[in-house]
Amino acid sequence: MKDSTDRIADPWGGRTPYPPGAAWPARTDTHLAAGVTPAAVDRWVQSASLLHSNGDAMDIAVKDGRIVGVRGRADDRVNRGRLGPKDLFGWQANASPDRLTRPLVREGGRLVESGWDTAMGRIVARSKELLRERGPGSIGFYTTGQLFLEEYYTLAVIARAGIGTNHLDGNTRLCTATAGEALKETFGCDGQPGSYADIDHADTIALFGHNMAETQPVLWMRVLDRLAGPDAPRLLCVDPRPTRVARHAAVHLAPRAGTNVALLNALLHELIRTDRVDHAYVEAHCVGFDELAARVADCTAEWAAAICDVPARTITEAAELLGSAERLLSTVLQGFYQSHQATAAAVQVNNLHLLRGMLGRPGCGLLQMNGQPTAQNTRECGANGDLPGFRNWENEQHVADLARIWNVAPEKIPHYAPPTPAMQMFRFAEQGSIRMLWISGTNPAVSLPELHRIRDILGQDRLFTVVQDLFLTETAQLADVVLPAATWGEKTGTFTNADRTVHLSDKAVEPPGEARPDLDIFLDYARRMDFRDKDDGPLITWHDPQSAFQAWQKCSAGRPCDYTGLSYDGLRGGSGIQWPCTEQAPDGTERLYTDGPAWAHAEACESFGKDLVTGAPVTEVEYRALNPDGKAVIKAAEYLPPHEDTSEEYPLQLNTGRTIYHFHTRTKTGRVPQLDSAAPDVWAEMSAAEAAARDLREGDLVEVSTPRGAVAARLRITAIRDGMVFLPFHYGYWDTAEGHRPAPDTAGRAANETTVTDWDPASKQPLYKTAAARVALLRRTDGTPGPAPTTTASAPLDPGSAPATTGGPAAHATQHTDDEEGTRP
Amino acid sequence: MSGITLVLKALHHGERDLEEELLKAAERHRTDHEIHHVATDIARWSHEHAARLADTGRHYGLDLSGPADDPSPGFLATLREKAAEAVGRRPEPGLLLLHDLRDLHLAATGNSLHWEMLAQAARATTDSRLLDLATACHPQTLRQMRWTNSMIKTLSPQLITSV
Ligand code: SF4
Repeated sequence: MKDSTDRIADPWGGRTPYPPGAAWPARTDTHLAAGVTPAAVDRWVQSASLLHSNGDAMDIAVKDGRIVGVRGRADDRVNRGRLGPKDLFGWQANASPDRLTRPLVREGGRLVESGWDTAMGRIVARSKELLRERGPGSIGFYTTGQLFLEEYYTLAVIARAGIGTNHLDGNTRLCTATAGEALKETFGCDGQPGSYADIDHADTIALFGHNMAETQPVLWMRVLDRLAGPDAPRLLCVDPRPTRVARHAAVHLAPRAGTNVALLNALLHELIRTDRVDHAYVEAHCVGFDELAARVADCTAEWAAAICDVPARTITEAAELLGSAERLLSTVLQGFYQSHQATAAAVQVNNLHLLRGMLGRPGCGLLQMNGQPTAQNTRECGANGDLPGFRNWENEQHVADLARIWNVAPEKIPHYAPPTPAMQMFRFAEQGSIRMLWISGTNPAVSLPELHRIRDILGQDRLFTVVQDLFLTETAQLADVVLPAATWGEKTGTFTNADRTVHLSDKAVEPPGEARPDLDIFLDYARRMDFRDKDDGPLITWHDPQSAFQAWQKCSAGRPCDYTGLSYDGLRGGSGIQWPCTEQAPDGTERLYTDGPAWAHAEACESFGKDLVTGAPVTEVEYRALNPDGKAVIKAAEYLPPHEDTSEEYPLQLNTGRTIYHFHTRTKTGRVPQLDSAAPDVWAEMSAAEAAARDLREGDLVEVSTPRGAVAARLRITAIRDGMVFLPFHYGYWDTAEGHRPAPDTAGRAANETTVTDWDPASKQPLYKTAAARVALLRRTDGTPGPAPTTTASAPLDPGSAPATTGGPAAHATQHTDDEEGTRP
Repeated sequence: MSGITLVLKALHHGERDLEEELLKAAERHRTDHEIHHVATDIARWSHEHAARLADTGRHYGLDLSGPADDPSPGFLATLREKAAEAVGRRPEPGLLLLHDLRDLHLAATGNSLHWEMLAQAARATTDSRLLDLATACHPQTLRQMRWTNSMIKTLSPQLITSV
């Protein structure tokens, strides 16, 4: 059956219900440029989504050397042919007329066009000068979660063994650092224990701070299809906003921001009190149970209810749901990761699963999610503040192993201290000890907290900034050298999603002008810097995506993220494959830890763990004493009150988040007509009670301010919890007259004008969801409603108060499903 | 005064002192955000310890609930002056931070040793009240020490070599 729907108005498309344990039926989503028919397409080129972490497999339609659309890959294990709105329409950004096509260098205060030789010459000259005069610690690299594996790995080798700096991180620090840290705390090692296919089997799905409907729309389609089928799973939703997930939930908890640990401790308390504990599993596979039991002994539902401001009864209901589950799947995202006590809270979700023995079997999954499409690759390749291959910087053997692979002396690889996380790199730049910052594929001038501070840091004369991107972003406008990069569809490489599925993305078209693949840029830099190994051979021995992939395979061998059984050929034509993929497991591995944790032994583990309050590393000696047999670690955590709480002056909690139609700072999605018009401008969300208390109405222009700054936004009244104001964080300034900052003496548009500089001490992830704010009327509405979409968590409380979000004919996509017998066309 | 009351008194003083120093360091290093927040969080532990020590002290004829003694001026005063001159953009505050962390570490270590003494004395006298107190509080003191130590380890390479 084939039909066509407006996928802006209906982001999740039609249903294909299915029962537990069955395969998720295929549904092929296609969107082609106006006037192009499938028959007219010259070539279909294999790829996957680069606009969220789901890793939806798709084919890029090419006609006359241009991208003209996309089609989901029905055979793929991740999406079975479905695509989300960003997938369907996002490709148009590639062809934007304002793509960067030539390098730019700063001359007399202005950025002017130059050739590659000039631009790279400046970067190399400054690098060498700094290395000579100030040492490797004066150079830092800040990358993204959107490059390809081959590019991260190359960058990691350049930074660690070429420059020899500790300062390399990705913006995955803002997004997925806590996921990685939580896994390391519990299992000794990164690597997702669950699989997306667990949705097919689960009888209970718990979403902790995870608005899956908007962050992973295709995964949500899978949940919706289960909900529409027989024996539907029951959902638990923890979220302060009335998300689509909340609407479908059997139990919805909307706690005060910053109280997740209190809530989770109460849930654990209830499970232990009612003895919903799989003692045999705990005995066989875990250490630390007694400590947890003692820690949560007093954390009753009533105790947590007072802290979280949710009914105690709802907490017991939630515990009942979790306690009676037979196949429990939990997912965690930014509502936990970007909030107070991020790692401590995420780890308690791991504890839930350990207590209930819900791991390693179909439907018993744990997904510490990523928001970014290739975030997993920064983690594997060590472009994120870890060593490549999940190696432990505190384990001399691991460092020696890496040194052997790179043929350098172990001392060349800095491991006297942990790799520097992004927020600390910016602090070092502020203080002047980092003098060169190379930023690839990310936009800190919009995405980091407390933007005026970030603009000041980037604007310093003594800091030499290189920005490598597709457009003249807010950050690029502050750079000394801007390098035009090629992107998805214009280069070849692989990337890995949150459930360890590796996809190949092939080059479909030529990049515009002189833009180059990020890999070529890094390789060019390495060549010009003439990095050498210890035998005076070139440090980087590869020259294209495939040879970079092979180099990475060697580095991954024997580690959990073993890629040795994968190849470009194996990935081409078929479906994505989950690592570890080896000779013994040539088809990949669907679930880790089917026989309990496998990488927690002191010799093997990636980390000995950290103190969840102070972030201080646990020593090897302590770890060995605590966990001599390499079991999973049940790690208890005490609840601490948030660092910035509400006051008379700032009575509301500020929450930030995203909408389904945009990605990051809108660098791409803001340039896509369907996505842009679905959510064209920043808005502020409040409950009806809070609006009434301030005499505010839908569409009023309000100022949301904190001690750090202010945002002007139109108001949307929703069913969000009382005591809170919400701002989407996507909006910056590139499409305003000012270009990279608010107009002088006016409130800004970027939510991060207001957010606090504070991060989780264990994962170092910034806390975008913990700040106190006030809201005041700037201008009464002229009748225009808030620009927020009506299809999502920002739906108005009174449906009549805003026109429905639709996309019109340009937003139509076809969806092609199997016939009723389930045979494929 | 018995040996036990001496240790209780010294420990009470030490915990109060550490709380105050942690809070001052948090204030001085506002622009080093992790230091600021973690120091504030773990000052709470010392606060609790001091309160519990005062509570326990009563059973040993001690009144520890009065105002805190003045911490010795000299070094802290100098630091405060320096901090006043220091602006967020100069490298010197980095060295000042290392110095503060070192002092905090030594203060926490002092407390840790006192907790050890108290626990040993409690064992010798089979005083379960004291042993429970030490067992409950000492681990947090160790966490304070580990934090200062690990911050020094992490920050020294950058802060010392860049001046
Ligand atoms: S939008 Fe949020 S979830 Fe997505 S990549 Fe950015 S920080 Fe991560």
